[in-house]
Amino acid sequence: MRILKGTGVCGGIAFGKLYLFSKTEKTVKRTHVEDTESEISRFEKAQQEALEQLEALHDKALAEVGEANAMIFEIHQMMLCDEDYLNSIRSIISDQGINAETAVAVTADNFAEMFSSMDDEYMKERAADVKDISERVIGILSGTGNVGTDYSEPVIIAAEDLAPSETVQLDKSKILAFVTEKGSSNSHTSILARTMNIPAVVGVEGLMEGNDGMKDAIVDGGTGTIYIEPDETTVSQMREKREDDIRRREMLDRLKNVNPVTKDGQEILLYANIGTPDDLPLVYANGGQGVGLFRSEFIYLESDHYPTEDEQFAVYKKSLEKMAGKRVVIRTLDIGADKQVDYFDMPKEENPAMGVRAIRICLNRPEIFRTQLRALLRASAYGKLAIMFPMITSVDEVKRIKAIVEDVKSELRSEEIKFDENIELGIMIETPAAAIVSDRLAKEVDFFSVGTNDLTQYTLAIDRQNSEAEKFCDTHHESILRFIKIAADNAHANGIWIGICGELGADISLTEFFLSIGIDELSVSPGKIPELKNKVIETDVTAVKGRVGEYLKY
Amino acid sequence: MVTFTFSVNDENGLHARPAGLLVKEAMKCKSAVTLKKGGKSGDAKKIFNVMGLAVKHGDVVTVEVDGITEQEDADSLKKYIEENL
Repeated sequence: MRILKGTGVCGGIAFGKLYLFSKTEKTVKRTHVEDTESEISRFEKAQQEALEQLEALHDKALAEVGEANAMIFEIHQMMLCDEDYLNSIRSIISDQGINAETAVAVTADNFAEMFSSMDDEYMKERAADVKDISERVIGILSGTGNVGTDYSEPVIIAAEDLAPSETVQLDKSKILAFVTEKGSSNSHTSILARTMNIPAVVGVEGLMEGNDGMKDAIVDGGTGTIYIEPDETTVSQMREKREDDIRRREMLDRLKNVNPVTKDGQEILLYANIGTPDDLPLVYANGGQGVGLFRSEFIYLESDHYPTEDEQFAVYKKSLEKMAGKRVVIRTLDIGADKQVDYFDMPKEENPAMGVRAIRICLNRPEIFRTQLRALLRASAYGKLAIMFPMITSVDEVKRIKAIVEDVKSELRSEEIKFDENIELGIMIETPAAAIVSDRLAKEVDFFSVGTNDLTQYTLAIDRQNSEAEKFCDTHHESILRFIKIAADNAHANGIWIGICGELGADISLTEFFLSIGIDELSVSPGKIPELKNKVIETDVTAVKGRVGEYLKY
Repeated sequence: MVTFTFSVNDENGLHARPAGLLVKEAMKCKSAVTLKKGGKSGDAKKIFNVMGLAVKHGDVVTVEVDGITEQEDADSLKKYIEENL
């Protein structure tokens, strides 16, 4: 058995034979030409033919894999009509008196070099496009055809790299998985694999060296592993994993368009927790009805300076547009404690979990807070945004926050910048203090969201980072569940909604309890939504309501 | 000459697809269209020029439209960029 590792770019497990897809290397012979005029027109004829081929590929891709993937052939046509590219070829032919094949190859190298030298992963990939179009023209000029495929059974395609024109020519019904030696998650193969939803692994070193053509193999797109000639144990392990995988996918498909409603008709919203806008497609894929916790920290953590209002606005706006009117709860800056940012230049603290973190930083340094609020409010015109404030302990804090929000709102009004006048403002319930005074807090805000991780740490006085102390941590401790019940009762008595966005939200052994006390929303990592939804639709709240006392140990 | 600016919202910057869309649209203009970013500039009708600017997410690009129909070309280009890029 040979085991190879790479980067998994599309999950799933495939069993099959490995088909080594090798390019027929087009070696270009440099020859001298006398009649450069006719050599140029020979090139122009080949260019026209290449354009026609690309048009046909575009139509084929459009029908098979959709507009987004087909667009690349339009780009290829533009490249092949680019004046600078054409002039370079023409002038090499006429100035140096050499054949068209060589002129195209030299030009291709120069243009590819321009992309390869960019410090941008996406643009580096474009070097492959230049080579792809140039090889097509050289192929036409020298009369060597395109690569063919000679497999009749479905196979795992293994290649050094696959050009878009090559992937589109493959018979899609016979591809079980893609494995390439080069490539990144931005390469066409990856994008295509995700569109087709088949396992794919890229960046597999040594893939083409083993002479493993038509050998049995297993591809695990989730872990990025390829097993060539797998042994019995691996085969049975992977079979099991594949069955689990299929079961999960089936559950997902079955539940995707089902609303989370209990057997006796109680509704609950299932939202997703996300850390960056890159996670938004996962929210959709798992049937999330909205975003219950969008951690805005990544904007600060990924930056080397205080993110400007416009930088933040662009991210928020785009996320809201992607969620197309579904509710997105964005939590304001929550750094300090375990998340540090250099340029904030925060003094070292003895006990950061209880130090100046989250909303405390914002209230201490209102200029940072106001920048984020302006960006958020401006973005609120583009979807259904709710703003949530972390680490609240008192009514006074909330009043101060609301005064700042009102001030920023009137500033925007005077600048005639539009925003959602009815934007929801909510707070995290993650300190015992907030839970205890939630009757007063509920009168100030539009919603609560319980952050169970911090609420547990502060209630049980157990450091989340300390594995020795963790032994004493009972996450279902009745004190925590009582706090959640208190907050829920106070929320409902004041007509506002309450959600849970901490890890407990995804704990299906507590789903019955949460439904029984009328929690309105659970926000969990996207992948956990299907399982949770399954639990909700199987629950009969009327039948289990009597057990609330058992959870609370009354 | 008419100029305007836009900033790129796509996280991959002005990569293949949006660059292609922009070139396609610029080709419709009778005027000369030049893109400027930082110290670099490029012809908006040439795909390699546009890609060569390596416009990243959040970058601000200045568009210069020059010709007899510059005002209408600039207006339609601006509208297209706002709606599609």
